[in-house]
Amino acid sequence: MSEHRPRIGVLVFPGSNDDRDAAWALSALGAQPRLVWHAEPELPPVEAVVLPGGFSYGDYLRAGAIARFAPAMAAVQAFARDGGLVLGICNGFQILCEAGLLPGVLRPNASLSFVCRDVPLIVERTDTPFTTRCAVGQQLVIPVKHGDGCYHAPPDLPTEQVVLRYAPGANPNGSDADIAGVTNADGNILGLMPHPEHAVDALLGSSDGGLVLASLVDAARERSFVRA
Amino acid sequence: MKATVLVRPKGGILDPQGEAVERSLRQLGFPVEDARIGRVIDLEVDAASAEEARDQVVRMCDRLLANPLIESYEIELEGRQT
Repeated sequence: MSEHRPRIGVLVFPGSNDDRDAAWALSALGAQPRLVWHAEPELPPVEAVVLPGGFSYGDYLRAGAIARFAPAMAAVQAFARDGGLVLGICNGFQILCEAGLLPGVLRPNASLSFVCRDVPLIVERTDTPFTTRCAVGQQLVIPVKHGDGCYHAPPDLPTEQVVLRYAPGANPNGSDADIAGVTNADGNILGLMPHPEHAVDALLGSSDGGLVLASLVDAARERSFVRA
Repeated sequence: MKATVLVRPKGGILDPQGEAVERSLRQLGFPVEDARIGRVIDLEVDAASAEEARDQVVRMCDRLLANPLIESYEIELEGRQT
């Protein structure tokens, strides 16, 4: 196969635990993942960055509050400011919110219980680099596994930044307006609580997460051609 | 200089921990309302004056110790509210 494989960095923090699953899924979907240790002051040459799930720094203080000051995060900030594609999954979403790259903040689940199950999501927008392979209104089944997934939106959050919502009645954490995933105003950064990297093979229950990650791989590939 | 930071969930922010504790207290027969749970951070700050210490702690709160979207904070120096 001669199709170009774009390079996607996957950050690794102390306490990340989905970094290798994310790298595996991205590789299966046609990208070249590069694991990037949090202490690195610069990113390798990549077309996109993924902040994976886990419990960076043990979720001390607030989930993501300490990881946002990692040296690699300064590089991610600069990459994102230049329009680079950044996807934050679960703990990665929490870190992006704490870093101010995404609006809002993730708080402990309303139930105070850790939830780990497949949830149905509704796609709200397909004009983002993360959802081009989806259809508006499409239902995706993707697992969540988190204790701090209750998204608190700022009061002025524009509706068009909401990309994914939990299906009616399926909100697992009490998040505002059933929000499961949001972008920044420019649309080059997405954070979501569900784990698309755990849903890329029907043998494991669902391949719907592959639609999200393959959209990102498509967008990264286009950017590598622009750069080349 | 000893500093204590009190971080609280802002009014109107859902506090499931506070609600759970309130329910438990009511089950024990205490007629309480509006239980809210925050956190206390004790620090030893290296500063020449109370003003300098306070400035440092305010910057700590704004950068790391509290998230202004959902939390408010109060600072005590040497046990006195500032």
